[in-house]
Amino acid sequence: MTGTVYTETVVFAPPEQFAADAPYQLGIVELETGKRLTVRILGERVAIGDAVELAETRNQIPFFQKI
Amino acid sequence: MREVAVIGIGKTAFGAFPDRDLRSLAVEAGQVCLADANVSPSQIEAFYLGNFAGPSFVGQNHLAPYIAGAIGIEHVPCTRFEAACASSGSAFFHAVSSVAAGIYDLVLVGGVEKMTSQSTPKVTEILAGAGDMMGEGRAGATFPALFAMIARRHMYQYGTTREQLAAVAVKNHANGAKNPLAHMRKVITMEQALNGKPISEPLTVYDCSLISDGAAAVLICPLERASEFTSKPAVIRGIAQTSDHVALDEKDDITTFRAVKEAAKRAYKMAGVTASDIQFAEVHDCFTIAEIVATEDLGFVQKGCGGPYAISGRTSLTGERPINTSGGLKSKGHPVGATGVAQICDVVQQIRGDAGERQVRRHDLGLAQNLGGSGATAVVTILGAA
Repeated sequence: MTGTVYTETVVFAPPEQFAADAPYQLGIVELETGKRLTVRILGERVAIGDAVELAETRNQIPFFQKI
Repeated sequence: MREVAVIGIGKTAFGAFPDRDLRSLAVEAGQVCLADANVSPSQIEAFYLGNFAGPSFVGQNHLAPYIAGAIGIEHVPCTRFEAACASSGSAFFHAVSSVAAGIYDLVLVGGVEKMTSQSTPKVTEILAGAGDMMGEGRAGATFPALFAMIARRHMYQYGTTREQLAAVAVKNHANGAKNPLAHMRKVITMEQALNGKPISEPLTVYDCSLISDGAAAVLICPLERASEFTSKPAVIRGIAQTSDHVALDEKDDITTFRAVKEAAKRAYKMAGVTASDIQFAEVHDCFTIAEIVATEDLGFVQKGCGGPYAISGRTSLTGERPINTSGGLKSKGHPVGATGVAQICDVVQQIRGDAGERQVRRHDLGLAQNLGGSGATAVVTILGAA
């Protein structure tokens, strides 16, 4: 599954259950179908317009990475 | 439909009050409001309460009769409204609708939140529940994160800058410093605002509203009866509540809140005015970007021009259209369930000419805009002098 970063942020103040993950990058990815998905970004930081692909799904959370 | 007026207002100070419980705050605001209109609790025909998350923050449910009973309001309909940060805006909208329809004459509307008894990560988690917990929430989106993503996209599409965001915080803190009931009465500089601790890029701690305790209340009645209670009624010229998707990723364009645009359109039409007629406004600056987007959605400026507008000085206390003379959610504080009604109190105070050193020069027509979640609920109210 691939798409384009529509917007993104890096979270420094997480909710309680994600305290161990912070800081983490979160983004909204626009898939080729036009549908948008809120995802976590794995590895290298991404910016709006970057092409990304699904790397893995953990606890029902999609993790995308830069292509 | 009957015309409806606000005849009483009451607010507690906003802040972190470890010794105060939720009910005592709501009762104080209600009592101040009733005293303002010289009305006794036994005259109240219905009680509408806005509260977002009392059950999660303090473990108390069934809040409306719990608070009403302590004020001395008995044997009438008492109902809690939940619409995230627009909870009391929604309670107010429905209360006004019921009085306009002729169901009741004297209705008390309250709003309350007690947030500071929980840790910041826990508050962040509870607030995230105003979003889509099956999607964005599960992925780790906090509310600062959702508005940070809105800010990033607004910057990308319109060239909005960090300085323009910070200008909102600097202005609102300047106003709040003059408000005796504000949570953080502190003037801040542009340099401070730009160098705050990062919360969710590009937002720093100075872009985020405060976690506060507080309550507010207003008393409404048909305009034809207002003179029995006050010499300075504020008339509700227009009001609308609208909705949109809860999840940010389901909105076509996240740089605009369609619910706000639609509510504004309806409220302007009902009032028979346009955006250019609005002399001052209290807008929902839960984050600095939200004030910038609000000024665009309300039609004060063209889409994409909210950033330059924010830094131009035109929205300052002495500008052409002062915005958030109370200090806004940024400095006055944001006890989320109280915010919608608190905004109405702030606009009415200006209309009455009672805002002291924050008093604006032109105060015949003001607007309040209350937002729930990342734009899933919007309430816009236009108030005028009688």
